[in-house]
Amino acid sequence: MSILDTAKETAQGLMQGALEKLVPLAPDSWIPGGVPDPLIARKHGLIGSPVSRLDGAFKVQGQAPFAAEFRFDRMTYAALAYATVARGRVASIDSAAAEGAPGVVLVMTHRNAPRMNTPAVFGSSPSAVGPSDLPIFQDDRVHWNGQPIACVLAETQEQADHAASLLAFTYDEEPSTTTLEGARAAGTEQGVMMGRPLLNKIGDADAALAAAPHSVDHLYRTPRHNHNAIEPHAATIAWVDDQLHIHDASQMVTQQAQTVAEVFDLKPDQVRLTSPYVGGGFGSKGLWDHQIIGAAAAKLCGRPVRITLSREGVYRVVGGRTLTEQRVAIGAQADGAIDALIHTGMAVMTPHNSMPEPFTLGTQSAYASPNITLQVKMAKMNMLANTFMRAPGEAVGTFALESAIDELAVELGMDPIDLRLRNEPDRDPVSGLPFSSRNIAEAWRRGAEAFGWNERSATPGTRRDGEWQVGMGCATGTYPYYRMPGAEARITLTLQDGAIHAKVEIAAAEMGMGTSTTTAIVAAERLGLPIEQVEVAYGDSAIPGAIMAGGSQQTAAIGGAVIAAHNALVAELLKLAGNDSPLAGLSPDEVGSEGAALCKLDDPGRRESYASILGRAQRDQVSVTQAGSPPLELMHWSMHSHSALFCEVRVNAVTGETRVGRFLGAFDCGRILNPKTARSQFRGGIIMGLGMALMEETQFDERNGRIMNPSLAEYHVPVHLDVPEIDVIWTDIPDPHTPMGAHGIGEIGITGVAAAVANAVYNATGRRVRDLPITLDKLI
Amino acid sequence: MSLIVNGTSVAPPDDPRVSLLDHLREGLHLTGTKKGCNQGACGACTVLVDGERILSCLALAVQYDGRHITTVEGLAQDDALHPLQAAFIEHDGFQCGYCTPGQICSAIGMAAEVERGVPSHVTADLRADAALTREEIQERMSGNLCRCGAHNGIVAAIQATFVVEAQA
Repeated sequence: MSILDTAKETAQGLMQGALEKLVPLAPDSWIPGGVPDPLIARKHGLIGSPVSRLDGAFKVQGQAPFAAEFRFDRMTYAALAYATVARGRVASIDSAAAEGAPGVVLVMTHRNAPRMNTPAVFGSSPSAVGPSDLPIFQDDRVHWNGQPIACVLAETQEQADHAASLLAFTYDEEPSTTTLEGARAAGTEQGVMMGRPLLNKIGDADAALAAAPHSVDHLYRTPRHNHNAIEPHAATIAWVDDQLHIHDASQMVTQQAQTVAEVFDLKPDQVRLTSPYVGGGFGSKGLWDHQIIGAAAAKLCGRPVRITLSREGVYRVVGGRTLTEQRVAIGAQADGAIDALIHTGMAVMTPHNSMPEPFTLGTQSAYASPNITLQVKMAKMNMLANTFMRAPGEAVGTFALESAIDELAVELGMDPIDLRLRNEPDRDPVSGLPFSSRNIAEAWRRGAEAFGWNERSATPGTRRDGEWQVGMGCATGTYPYYRMPGAEARITLTLQDGAIHAKVEIAAAEMGMGTSTTTAIVAAERLGLPIEQVEVAYGDSAIPGAIMAGGSQQTAAIGGAVIAAHNALVAELLKLAGNDSPLAGLSPDEVGSEGAALCKLDDPGRRESYASILGRAQRDQVSVTQAGSPPLELMHWSMHSHSALFCEVRVNAVTGETRVGRFLGAFDCGRILNPKTARSQFRGGIIMGLGMALMEETQFDERNGRIMNPSLAEYHVPVHLDVPEIDVIWTDIPDPHTPMGAHGIGEIGITGVAAAVANAVYNATGRRVRDLPITLDKLI
Repeated sequence: MSLIVNGTSVAPPDDPRVSLLDHLREGLHLTGTKKGCNQGACGACTVLVDGERILSCLALAVQYDGRHITTVEGLAQDDALHPLQAAFIEHDGFQCGYCTPGQICSAIGMAAEVERGVPSHVTADLRADAALTREEIQERMSGNLCRCGAHNGIVAAIQATFVVEAQA
């Protein structure tokens, strides 16, 4: 690193430090969201009314093109071969039979792959999204069992698959760490997330725990998980002159294009990455080895490549959620007041990636306690890089925390909801910041009433229906509100045959969350146009800005960018309107949009239509591009979503089988923009949580570091018969400090669910399972 | 030798190893039928053969000489969606849309099975007519995985389409 870089980083660090000191003290009105978004006050528009997905007709007819469904002329098909040792070197490769097999165009290994830069590991720069800091096909080293070590291209997929089966490798194995105990023995280190240690200490939690009249102190374990999006990862890739075209399945289109550009020494605009439809992501649809291998192979053979991972390939190449071992200890007074809250433990990652599983994040703002210790330590294992999976940290962290709260309620003889409400904080217990919006008590009240919580017996094992033991449990879910910097929006108004058409372009991703529909709703409301006259374009790296479908922040990032672009559009239109307009003399912040017109905010009769302004200016189009404001609100308020979750289970007294009979989620996530798609997001998260609670586990062979169940037959996810009708309600109370008053809701759904199930299993049986998944062997 | 796909006669693949799924997707460019696992575990590749649902990833294309294959692209008639397709939109029976063609084809085949009186694991009385109860739908659709968690919407769409139809 040069002296200049060091100085720059130091300056940025100082700037960051100064911001963090000053932003909390600044008046609200200086902060984005300090003045509520005017759309919050608009009650009778499209926002909040159920709108069917605008892309629905394409999807139900199979017309929505996914990454493996684009075609190029002379396209070849790729198949990968995977290493079978956890660490070492590829000693020999016998590729003669594969090279001679029918239809084979290329066998690429590290011996003949083009020279490429190592992808920048996720988080090492704003655009870096590499899976690890490992070079790809550049040397003979093997870093995990399952690492791709050869790529075959052939005229058809069948020919490629057959040829790949003919490849033979020998290895020089080297010592590896593939057991949890081995990793622990080698030493753990402080987990660091985006440059910040996962460590919080308030007061003296150990002393307070020892002094508390009541306490619980237990270990909770969660296994590895895989996302298992039904669409396997795929890319269709072509080099056209010096341009690289990638049809990909991506949650981060622009960042992926930029990282790939750096790998191949290209300028950012030389990589065009599109991803109009993504067949499920949940954190997994990012940059992994296969896109780079495919692009390298396409470059080497001079033909386009379709690389589609097999289902097994997804498990070998695409990381999942790592395992955790968490201690939660809580000390409390007889009335339930918490004196000490300790949430510590370890997770496993690799020596080469940047993803600790931050399971303490949700605990930071959960409960008032004068003494808090939170810490995540990491152990290192030789395995595929783990990654974020739906609510990384919170999904597994809330299992431990909310199980422990239930155990404390049992210890105190208190109702677990009363215990939670008894410890509601009035400001963030760790940061000290005020909450932007926290209506968790309302969620509990409404949820308990709708679910019939008062029918629960506080004594475990007392309700029985034949051979089924019946029990109820509850838990809190939580996920932070984020808004990442870098989002831009381009709004183009076009006047055609007297009518205004708006195009809103955002470099966002749609994996089924409903983003394209919700963006159209919000843009239509903001522009004062019918939704039919608004077109949303997304999923293309050629669109300005960079937006990630991650951290449940995309809705806010888009919302903020569209606010900024709309402000710029108003200013531009006022300029065009000139002195002959009824709006003459007004400044942009006095003017808003309504009924396809600009109007004075406090005197809507003073107005001029878009069509009139453009017509008089002899323009048929006006276009603006603007970035959203920096997300300073995150330093000014403690911003979170919450849920109150209720579960009823039936546990078979003979077989130990657990069935979820009823589930209800009451959510406090700001204003809900589209109830139809929001309900699906909440339910989807809850169902993934049911899988986590009862069946999901990526089985890792500790002898050799290989994943043993790389298939949808052996990794069980909830199927139709496992999923009851899931009730979802919400407070719908806008957060006054966010765009539209909304929060992103992609991840909150899964949080707390495993604890709600485990707590219900305890209520049904008197058996406390602290080790997920709750399979029948743990209950017999 | 030919297959009849959505009413059109098409040639089989040259390579007998080609699955019906790959022939549809790569040979005929009918990519509505999805590949989720290629080993019969997820149901995304479900198509109808002479009205019966099959997993096209576990079928060799050359086995289907003269058979009528209906894919998701063949369900809409004269630009009007099949009622089940419309119900999937109305009940939000999908999010990402990747398992959706398989869910839809499977549900159509499933409803026909119930119509024919074929029992399932959860059918209590094997002598009575099978009914499209919620539990029967859930059991019979359990071979079609959905990871987005649209199960409630899928079941609601199937009920709205076939249960109402049966009662009418």
